[in-house]
Amino acid sequence: MIHIDIVKPLNLASGMMDLEVDIKINDGAFVAFYGQSGAGKTTLLRILSGLETPKEGKIEVDGEVWFDSSTKINKPAQKRGVGFVFQDFALFPNMTVKENLLYALKKGDTKTYVDEVMEVVGLSELHARYPHQLSGGQKQRVALARAVVCKPKILLLDEPLSALDAQMRSKLQDKLLEVHKLFGMTTVLVSHDVGEIFKLCGDVVWIENGHIKSKGTPKQIFFKHKTSAAFEFIGELLEITKNEMIYILVLHVGHEVIKTIATKDEIVGLNIGDRVRVITKSFHPIIEKL
Amino acid sequence: MMNEIFISTMLLTFKLAFVTTVILLILGTCIAYYLFVTKSHVKPLIETIVSMPLVLPPTVLGFYLLVAFSQENFLGRFLQEYFGFRLTFTFAGLVFGSVIFSLPFMVHPIQNGLAALPKSLSEAATILGKSKVNIFFKILLPNIKPSLLTGVVITFAHTIGEFGVVLMIGGNIPQKTRVASLAVYDQVESLNYHEANKYALTLFVISFCVLLLVYIVNKKYFAKGFK
Repeated sequence: MIHIDIVKPLNLASGMMDLEVDIKINDGAFVAFYGQSGAGKTTLLRILSGLETPKEGKIEVDGEVWFDSSTKINKPAQKRGVGFVFQDFALFPNMTVKENLLYALKKGDTKTYVDEVMEVVGLSELHARYPHQLSGGQKQRVALARAVVCKPKILLLDEPLSALDAQMRSKLQDKLLEVHKLFGMTTVLVSHDVGEIFKLCGDVVWIENGHIKSKGTPKQIFFKHKTSAAFEFIGELLEITKNEMIYILVLHVGHEVIKTIATKDEIVGLNIGDRVRVITKSFHPIIEKL
Repeated sequence: MMNEIFISTMLLTFKLAFVTTVILLILGTCIAYYLFVTKSHVKPLIETIVSMPLVLPPTVLGFYLLVAFSQENFLGRFLQEYFGFRLTFTFAGLVFGSVIFSLPFMVHPIQNGLAALPKSLSEAATILGKSKVNIFFKILLPNIKPSLLTGVVITFAHTIGEFGVVLMIGGNIPQKTRVASLAVYDQVESLNYHEANKYALTLFVISFCVLLLVYIVNKKYFAKGFK
């Protein structure tokens, strides 16, 4: 079991903020750190890996203390033996796919294991290629393979799929599930994609402004907040124009720009650039498969 | 006779450039790596010292080296008496002066190359349990080859073109410390324009070819997608 109970000051564009969390993660779990960018998810992952040091607190993994500010214990990142997949993949440009994996092995590890892992993630054909000769999805698979080839007990994934298109994401999500089932390592995924979390993770920790907002299963977390008879979106107000008796608002919601109407009372206090909540109720939406 | 002197002067020039470059490749890489990793408050001070030769007239540096290592002074006498080592008017002195004078030309490209690498590369290797030395040789150095090449070539070319420092500390002694750039000046002084042109043209052509080579190789390197 992993127990993280730490405090770390974060220096963000919006000012100073304390990252203050206390989380327990069970062995073999697939957990998501969910939240907006700048909430502290990635920092938490980096603290767990040893790349960053908390100001105070304690990190315990399977009864072993990795960090304790009171006794000044801090196990170096080199010795924690975690697997880490970076957002930019961090493949070594001077090594081929296979060399990247071989480099990850420890002294005495059997080299044939590299071939097995490459087979699992479907890289066997690409073993002699250099990173610059790979597509985004292929790079991601190399990064994943390199992280699991040294048989870590904990696998940390920092938004590993955010740079990929939807189809590739879906494919690699399956691959992540497969790898998790096969190797059974405790896996922590940083993500702000609700769909991805539903598909992959058994537990979610929702982090907001450096603090835990809620934790539980994806259903408990997201259904409580997001499901109701109404559709609810957060958007940005781009334009207000008057048209006879009503006002037309142009909003940026998700990746779409939409138009909607509002009455004079409703636009009081609204300015261009404001973040707004759009709620629609009592209608029957049309759903089509894409 | 003239030809022999020409050849020996050229050989001396290249020997100086070669020895200086080899020393600086090791020394410059160490300094660049230190500047890359350090969070110390003395970093700006070291960066200033490394960059001083860029703005200082070479004669100023040469003058102080000459004074420091002269037999009149403690440092010069100490080196002579205890190590039998003399830096004024010797080849070793030329090398010493050139190393100091070309320092920024080696350190800057390597430091920039290291800084341009994504931080995640070192972090990924650290998490894989690799030591700093391992990361330096297996990850950092192989991925800044263009910077290393730039440093080597510019240092080499710059040492060949050096004038002020080698004049001050070397003393322009024929066949011993007179390098090609000094020979040009010497021949012009004695109105030997033809001989001066021989040295000058050789320097010109070599410098041109060396720089052209760097640009061609670096362009190919980047075209391959290494950055």
